[in-house]
Amino acid sequence: MKKLFFLLLALPSLAIASGAGIHLDTAPINLNDHGSLQRGARVFINYCLNCHSAAYMRYNRMQDIGLTEAQIKSNLLFAAEKPGETMKVAMRTADAKAWFGAPPPDLSVITRSRGPDWVYTYLRSFYRDDSRPTGWNNTVFDKVGMPHVMQELQGHLAPVYRMEKGEDGKEHHVIERFELIKPGKLTQAEYDALVGDLTNYLNWMGEPAKGDRMRIGLAVLLFLGVFYVVAFYLKKEFWKDVH
Amino acid sequence: MQKLLNWVDERFPLTSSYKAHLSEYFAPKNFNFWYFFGSLALLMLVVQIVTGIFLTMHYKPDAALAFASVEYIMRDVDYGWLIRYIHSTGASMFFVVVYLHMFRGLIYGSYRQPRELIWIFGVIIYLVLMGEAFMGYLLPWGQMSYWGAQVIINLFSAVPFIGGALSEWIRGDYVIGDATLNRFFAFHVIALPLVLLGLVAAHLVALHEVGSNNPDGVEIKKLKGADGHPLDGIPFHPYYTVKDILGVVVFLIVFAAIVFFAPEMGGYFLEANNFIPADSLKTPEHIAPVWYFTPYYAILRAIPPIFGSQFPGVAAMGVAVLIFFALPWLDKSPVKSIRYRGPKFKIALTLFVIAFIGLGILGVLPATPLYTLISQILSGVYFAFFLLMPWYTKNDTTKPVPERVTQ
Repeated sequence: MKKLFFLLLALPSLAIASGAGIHLDTAPINLNDHGSLQRGARVFINYCLNCHSAAYMRYNRMQDIGLTEAQIKSNLLFAAEKPGETMKVAMRTADAKAWFGAPPPDLSVITRSRGPDWVYTYLRSFYRDDSRPTGWNNTVFDKVGMPHVMQELQGHLAPVYRMEKGEDGKEHHVIERFELIKPGKLTQAEYDALVGDLTNYLNWMGEPAKGDRMRIGLAVLLFLGVFYVVAFYLKKEFWKDVH
Repeated sequence: MQKLLNWVDERFPLTSSYKAHLSEYFAPKNFNFWYFFGSLALLMLVVQIVTGIFLTMHYKPDAALAFASVEYIMRDVDYGWLIRYIHSTGASMFFVVVYLHMFRGLIYGSYRQPRELIWIFGVIIYLVLMGEAFMGYLLPWGQMSYWGAQVIINLFSAVPFIGGALSEWIRGDYVIGDATLNRFFAFHVIALPLVLLGLVAAHLVALHEVGSNNPDGVEIKKLKGADGHPLDGIPFHPYYTVKDILGVVVFLIVFAAIVFFAPEMGGYFLEANNFIPADSLKTPEHIAPVWYFTPYYAILRAIPPIFGSQFPGVAAMGVAVLIFFALPWLDKSPVKSIRYRGPKFKIALTLFVIAFIGLGILGVLPATPLYTLISQILSGVYFAFFLLMPWYTKNDTTKPVPERVTQ
């Protein structure tokens, strides 16, 4: 049994199906930090929810992160009329396809398919690339159709290349570092914190019931623990006459 | 009360069935850890049916609505997330339990005469369960649902001559689509569960007819006391009911830990790609079936195509599953239990376990030349375990089997 267990531990994690070999930064996820989740929700609604929908997410679910229905209604409800509606966008799929090459994916469960670390790194990895139709490229998602929506906040980064010999023996351009060629409204640390809040929100939105899940789970395990003791002595009592 | 019972008994075998299957069904007293998994498999069947019924109340078997309806269950249905996680974790844990249950049969020779039919019913249950799991996996209509089904259904198109028509007949369309989803839903929620219930009943009736095997592989019915009950037997109820409750609690602790704290199980129980809606135009980078199918998937990929046809691989995969049926007749050993078998069987079984787990691991990894070579070797070991069994079990040095069970 022990051997089997260690064999299972040796299995590669399949959690995230992103491309191999890209370094991802760890996203600052904290489901109990309502301040961060609320800031993230605001960024999400201001910057993401114009092109990306979150069609499985209802506005009034944000009451779970400490907002009142009145707050949601007056501050966050731009694209819908009632707080019970889901987060849909007006952009049509056909238009989106023509403009960006691919329609922007729904973001309801984006952190469950990509993982929060991918999202956190991706949103901080846009750089200027004039060969792209949008003028933007991304180190995490090469040739991405999405432009840098938060450029006014982060500013413009341009890559500095160096030459490196690849496996085929030829010289390739490799990005060595980035240069800030046009500063944004935020400093690097402020921008990282903002994307951290946004990722935290997206991660919460991927599974709003997660908090309940953990709380109920603890109670269930405690109950089963007590039940185990009862079942153990019940079995012992019945089996004492079996020899 | 007694009067009512008499009234029923005159019209229905209530008391006699209760005695035959519970209070006077004599089971060997030396059951160990491995004997928990039969009752746990029954528990899983019930859990899957009950949670499945509640999921069906909210799920929409429609290619345009299926993915959204699952998210609706996860968000807007009260405790829908719990029901769904129990069902998705249940699918994987059902296979964990069934594999351990089958392994118990292997080590203690539970498939041997006179229990061949129990084993055969069991293998059919395993086959139907695979179908049940496969069809259920399409229903969330995520990318892995779609492309996993695509790969498996395409296997049928490798059958010579009729393959193309066959796979089209299974899909009900030229591609996997609404028609496929609808028929898989029908099979998953009613056709196969009905078959499963019938088979489980047959499995249990056959078991209670001949009586349970035990870790010593001795027939307890040979030695009976003055009261006509086996000397080494104890009534299933209350002894094994209270013992199984203990097993159930321990199992539920593991089960609840997964459901509440790791429902994705690192991508093995719920794959990350399945949180992307099915897209017939976008093939995922790496398609791997769910973990419980990966040993067979590895065998499939290990066999090279002949004349450009994948059929040999598909056939090998089919044989790898069906060969379990032949087990009672391949084993020529004079003893049943591993406790009294010789080194040849023990080595063969160890190699088989390594091959099965190894193939399972290789089945989730991309096929590189090295991995393919290892898969081929392990596939060879897998088949050798069965095909060489008549030889190594007959020539093994066995130990004498005691008259009575040991503790």
